[in-house]
Amino acid sequence: MSAPHSATSANGVPTLDVARLREDFPILGQQINGRPLVYLDNAATSQKPVAVIDAIARYYREDNSNVHRGVHALSERATAAYEAARETVRGFLNAASSKEIIFTRGTTEAINLVAQAWGRSTLQPGDEVLITHMEHHSNIVPWQMVCEQTGATLRVAPINERGEVIMDEFERLLGERTKLVAVGHVSNALGTINPVARMIELAHAHEALALVDGAQATPHMVVDVQALGADFYALSGHKMFGPTGIGVLYGREALLDAMPPWQGGGDMIKAVSFEGTLYSDLPYKFEAGTPHIAGGVGLGAAVDYLAGVGREAIAAYEAELLAYTEARLQEVDGLRLIGTAENKAAVASFVLEGVHAHDLGTIVDHHGVAIRAGHHCAMPVMEFFGVAATSRASLAFYNTREEIDALVTALQDAQRIFG
Amino acid sequence: MDLRDLYQDIIVDHNRSPRNFRRIDNATRMAQGYNPLCGDKLVIYITLKDGAISDVSFQGEGCAISTASASLMTEVLKGKTEAEAEALFDNMHRLLTEDAHGVDVDELGKLAALEGVRAYPTRVKCATLCWHTLQAALEEVDEPVTTE
Repeated sequence: MSAPHSATSANGVPTLDVARLREDFPILGQQINGRPLVYLDNAATSQKPVAVIDAIARYYREDNSNVHRGVHALSERATAAYEAARETVRGFLNAASSKEIIFTRGTTEAINLVAQAWGRSTLQPGDEVLITHMEHHSNIVPWQMVCEQTGATLRVAPINERGEVIMDEFERLLGERTKLVAVGHVSNALGTINPVARMIELAHAHEALALVDGAQATPHMVVDVQALGADFYALSGHKMFGPTGIGVLYGREALLDAMPPWQGGGDMIKAVSFEGTLYSDLPYKFEAGTPHIAGGVGLGAAVDYLAGVGREAIAAYEAELLAYTEARLQEVDGLRLIGTAENKAAVASFVLEGVHAHDLGTIVDHHGVAIRAGHHCAMPVMEFFGVAATSRASLAFYNTREEIDALVTALQDAQRIFG
Repeated sequence: MDLRDLYQDIIVDHNRSPRNFRRIDNATRMAQGYNPLCGDKLVIYITLKDGAISDVSFQGEGCAISTASASLMTEVLKGKTEAEAEALFDNMHRLLTEDAHGVDVDELGKLAALEGVRAYPTRVKCATLCWHTLQAALEEVDEPVTTE
C-alpha cells in the first residue's frame, strides 16, 4: 500500500479513510439495475481487494508449481510462498507455531477435521459435546455425525430473546462428561459476539477442550488464540477478503500431534509401503493431496491487507456503522430486529411486517442493494425466533452510512409495493 | 424491468388475502410441497368428484410469489378435470421458464399475471412449487415435493 488507510483521531480512536479503501475493491465500483452496488452480504462472503486478486494472479503467472515436491526453481518458489502464507496466518492469530496452522477448504472442513480426527478417536458412549443454540449448521452437523458414530451425546446451550447464550445454563450443562465445547465466536445469523474467553475458561475448568468457529469474527476483530486459550480455532479465507476454497484450522500443537490423520494421500506421508505408512509431521499430517496453493497465497495477502488497514480501526469503524444501521432500521415501521445482543458485530438481521424476506431481497436488489434472505444456515435460530427466514444486512469496513440510507430507502419502497 | 411487472396488483392482493386458504377435511387428494432452502411450505387439498376438481385449497407459508401463485391456482382449478389441470400446469411451466411465445395466455387467464417471474430465475421455483405439489396430489405421491 502506498499510504496508510487509517489515522488516529484527536480522541485516540483510529479512523478509516473509507472512500480511499473502497478504491481497493474494484467490484464495488459497478452499477446494479442502474444504481450503485451496495454490497451488504459480507457475512456470506466478502469482496476482494486488488492486493489479493493480484497476489493470486501473480502466483499463477510467475510461481505456479506443486509444493513440497520438486527440486526445481518454481517448486521452491511455490513452496516458499505457501509456507510464507502459513507464517502470516500464524502471526494473524498469534499462534505459537506455524505447525499449528492447518490449511483447509474453509471453516466447515476445519470443524469436520476436528470432529473426525479428534472426535471419532476420542469420544466414547456417554461423552458429551456442548454447542449453543445459535450455531451455524457447520458447527452442528459435524458434531451430530460424530456423536452418531461414537455414541456420544450432543448438548445445546440455550439462548435468550436477545440472542445471547444464557451463561448460567451453559455452565450448568458443563460436567465431567463434557469432552468438547464448540461455539461460534460471532453468530452469522444474529451478530452476537459470544464471550468465548469465558466459555473456554469454563470448558477447561471441566477438563473439556474448546473449539471456536471464528468464520464471522476474523473479518471484524483482533483474534489472539493464545490469549483466548482456544484449543481449536477455525476460519474461512473468503469471509475475510481472501479467496474461497481456503481456510484454516488452528490447533494446539500437542493436541494435533496426538490426533490421528483425517484424510490420507500425498503430502501427508513420510514413507508408504503396503505394510504400512509413516505419517508426516505437523502441519502436513492434516494436508493430504495438493493443497489450494494460490488460495493460501491469496489468504496471506488478505491478512497483510487487513494488517495494513488496521484491525482496531476496522472494529471501531464497524461498531459505529452498526449502531447507525440499527438506528436507521428501527425508523422503518413494522421492522423487527432479530438479534439484539449487547455485544454485537457487523450483522443486522430483521423481519419486516407484511413483506417476506425473499420478496424483500428481490426488491432491494432492484435498488442495487445486496442483502441475504433466508435461514442463514442456522435453522434452529430461526425456529427460536419463530420466523421461517430473516433479511440480513451484514457489514464490512468498506460500507458507508450512505449505503445504509440506500437500504432503508429500498425497504420503504418494498413497503409501498406491499402497502 | 419494472418491479411492478413482478409484483402486479393482483399478486399483491392474492398475497395479502389468499383465496381458498383453508384445509379440506375430507379431501380426496393431498400433497405437501417444501423448498428447504427458502423455507416455503404448503399443503394442497383436493376434492375430486366424477373426474373433476370440485374443490381445491391450500395452506402454508411462503413469499408473495409462492402464496399468490397458489391462491390463483386454486381459483382457476375449480371445475377442471385432471387432464385440464395437467394442461394448465404445462402452459404455466412454459410461461415461467420459456419464451412466452406459443403459450396460450387466454387459457391461463389471471394466472398470466405471474409472467413477470420469468425475468427472475431465482424466483421461478417460488411460483412453481404449488403446481408441482398439485401434480403430486393428483398422482398421489406421499413424499413432499420440492422445486429447489
